[in-house]
Amino acid sequence: MTKQVQQLDRVIIRFAGDSGDGMQLTGDRFTAGTAEFGNDLSTLPNFPAEIRAPAGTLPGVSSFQLHFADHDILTPGDAPNVLVAMNPAALKANLGDLPRGADIIVNTDEFTKRNLQKVGYETNPLEDDTLAEWRVHAVPLTSLTVKALEGFDLSKKDAERSKNMFALGLLSWLYHRPIEHTITFLQQKFAKKPEIAKANIAAFQAGWNYGETTESFSVSYEVKPARLAPGVYRNISGNQALAYGLIAASVQAKLPLFLGSYPITPASDILHELSKHKRFGVRTFQAEDEIAGVGAALGAAFGGALGVTTTSGPGVALKAETVGLGVTTELPLIIVDVQRAGPSTGMPTKTEQTDLLMAMYGRNGESPVPVVAPMSPSDCFDAAIEAARIAVKYRTPVMLLSDGYLANGSEPWRLPEISELPDISQAFTTEPNGEDGAFLPFKRDEETLARPWAIPGTAGLEHRIGGIEKADGTGNISYDPDNHDLMVRTRAAKIAGIDVPDLEVDDPDGDARVLVLGWGSTYGPIAAAVRRIRKSGGKVAQAHLRHLNPLPANTGEVLKGYDKVLLPEINLGQLALLLRARYLVDIISYNRVRGLPFKAEELAGVIQDVIDSD
Amino acid sequence: MTELLNGKGLSLVPKTDAKQTLKDFKSDQEVRWCPGCGDYAILAAVQSFLPELGLRRENIVFVSGIGCSSRFPYYLDTYGFHSIHGRAPAIATGLAASRPDLSVWVITGDGDALSIGGNHLIHALRRNVNLNILLFNNRIYGLTKGQYSPTSEVGKITKSTPMGSLDKPFNPISLALGAEASFVARTIDSDRKHLQSVLREATAHRGTSLVEIYQNCNIFNDNAFEPLKDPEVRDDITLRLEHGQPIVSASKAVVRGDDGRIAVVPRADVAAERILVHDAHSPDPSLAFALSRLDEPAFEHVPIGIFRQVDRPAYDVLMAEQLEEAVAQQGPGDLSDLLMGGDTWRIG
Repeated sequence: MTKQVQQLDRVIIRFAGDSGDGMQLTGDRFTAGTAEFGNDLSTLPNFPAEIRAPAGTLPGVSSFQLHFADHDILTPGDAPNVLVAMNPAALKANLGDLPRGADIIVNTDEFTKRNLQKVGYETNPLEDDTLAEWRVHAVPLTSLTVKALEGFDLSKKDAERSKNMFALGLLSWLYHRPIEHTITFLQQKFAKKPEIAKANIAAFQAGWNYGETTESFSVSYEVKPARLAPGVYRNISGNQALAYGLIAASVQAKLPLFLGSYPITPASDILHELSKHKRFGVRTFQAEDEIAGVGAALGAAFGGALGVTTTSGPGVALKAETVGLGVTTELPLIIVDVQRAGPSTGMPTKTEQTDLLMAMYGRNGESPVPVVAPMSPSDCFDAAIEAARIAVKYRTPVMLLSDGYLANGSEPWRLPEISELPDISQAFTTEPNGEDGAFLPFKRDEETLARPWAIPGTAGLEHRIGGIEKADGTGNISYDPDNHDLMVRTRAAKIAGIDVPDLEVDDPDGDARVLVLGWGSTYGPIAAAVRRIRKSGGKVAQAHLRHLNPLPANTGEVLKGYDKVLLPEINLGQLALLLRARYLVDIISYNRVRGLPFKAEELAGVIQDVIDSD
Repeated sequence: MTELLNGKGLSLVPKTDAKQTLKDFKSDQEVRWCPGCGDYAILAAVQSFLPELGLRRENIVFVSGIGCSSRFPYYLDTYGFHSIHGRAPAIATGLAASRPDLSVWVITGDGDALSIGGNHLIHALRRNVNLNILLFNNRIYGLTKGQYSPTSEVGKITKSTPMGSLDKPFNPISLALGAEASFVARTIDSDRKHLQSVLREATAHRGTSLVEIYQNCNIFNDNAFEPLKDPEVRDDITLRLEHGQPIVSASKAVVRGDDGRIAVVPRADVAAERILVHDAHSPDPSLAFALSRLDEPAFEHVPIGIFRQVDRPAYDVLMAEQLEEAVAQQGPGDLSDLLMGGDTWRIG
């Protein structure tokens, strides 16, 4: 019997299971197949901070959401059309997000009395009417996997571990995903354990075949490739793109990259990634603590390296004093803050935009630093280069504000032409700049106000810098009141004068009265919401800030050009505070701090309310 | 072994043929320590020692933290970085690890290195980055005007401890040995010849060298090291540590007792062959550690000199080797290859 094939324009799938069930891997592989197939896509991994929370419990649930479509999409999707629940905990934890009529594929083998009790199900939801609103596909995933692997020399426990591959096979059939890549992937991943490789491939294929033969699935779905701009694409996460951006920045700045870093969620993957690329001359230094990480980066910068430190909010707090030292010694330095839910330890694996004010002001003294924020996973590449450009050109620490959503989320990335990347190199100073061959380490470039960058090893330019206030020009220690006033103002003027592009506004008809403004990772959900409004005939303009300090010169003009400015932020209004103070514009804030990105539908509602209100 | 170690510390730092003098290393800045401070003697000793190295001046960097001693870089006409409290070893690590062609010095004090910067100090020592760390130990906080420090003796009466300090001090030598340091020495501000002899060995050492310098703070902790300077007693209490030589002072000798512990006995009471011979190069740090404990509680007999000097790969060299190995195995990095490295697909 030939099964029916239904065409869809987009699908949102959420894989959910115990943190030991391999849901992130399953999601990654499904994503790779989807990318290869040519859909546009966006992903949202969501996992507990605990490496192995108690098995079968709600805190131990790990999930991976993937949105893919035949057109360009901007978010990992609001609500899943399909939930794959590997156990009762995964079902219970995710059911609330599931719209009526969605498909649920459950692993019935895990719905034992004990597992049900662990999550507070008094009766089996598969056997009562708990799930009546949804289309449930009850599949004994574990036992089918074990059965499929009977011929293998594997313990039952090892065989059971392949159940995620069975599920992947089933979903791959259901959505017509190509399978070759996954087979190659498994062969490579388990190259040293060929029996395990074969077993996983067998489980994967058994899942596929199960879909084809079982009556539980009468329909399969097709989502045609998306018509994206021509080019070569790959799927990339924010952390990986950021690491690549730093390497590209090092090449384009002609400076060796030095990373000083201390492991911290969700930034560690940047350290891991950069550690793999030593052939680019990348030095990665896993420091004894956050302070040493940034200290070593600043020391390397003094020696002529592109010094970088990567961390999350708690790490930025610890690095503050050293960043201040970078501000006053005017050395290039990049501080990557992959923001996470705070305060304190907060929720390490959850996302937030709550470090903006810390990035701006979290140091003693008048200590301005430029702040740059990427707006999507792949944009982390360009934002890293931009941060490096500013750091090197203006000899200043730069804060690069990513977040957990960008870091772990992924999307197709159209690879840039290397020849189109900007040349961000700046020559070191090698000649004296004062009278009689004197070198004045704080005599500035008249246009940029940047001081000379003369590195050790340069004869005749020996000089001392430090954290104590410096005399203008000579850099000698100075407690002179007027000099201090001058230096404070000069450092501020240097940062304020950084060349940043104007804020662009997307206002197709030019007659919108409401502007939605955003910064950082909220771009996707805001843009998706704006599309919805426009689709239903509403008028709304959108603008997104990449440079938070200094702000684009036209920002005030843009804000004042609209009757209302709505600013959604995953904080309690930090950018709104800055903009209100600076431009005296009555910004309308929309704030949620749930550790999760905004949903497009949610924002569309908020925008509509603002449009409708008078 | 000495031959093996000699000169390696600076082998990657370019030399100059130009004749250098003390004057070349004096910056134009007015030295502003309190009159009579031990720091003056150390500065003069360092300034007159540096020409001996014959290094290009521009390839020498002094990095410091915060405290009286940390003003040191301003007074030397080399590159210098006066940083923040306790962090000099971290900053110097980044500099030295990325620039093996530099002679990098860390100037620090007992508060800077052992209190606020304790973590960075021990990790620098275990990593063995090519640094010379000069720890000026005056057993007091000078710049903040006289609070007790982590090397102050128990019961120290200071502004912050009017009834006496309660906490047991660090022994910097014991601490450094426990932190896997490959070069640990002690000297004193008043003995320029000895100080310079220790610096000579410290700079020749490839890796981190820690040199504790007893330094007198004549304002807040005057005469802290007086017995070591008093002509009446100094030769009796100073045990000179020289590799391969018996460990003795004018009147005392170090022996190993039947219980395996080392002890200080009157020199006249023991046969010369019973006197312990110093072995700074032993892979086993236990003798060095035992020697470091001899001056507990204080100044009955104080070992001065190099406690430990062992050859161990330096971090910066190992790091550079990994980069070279990566290039040898995979070829030099190519940005286009990197970006195209994953699963890619073409549209259009």
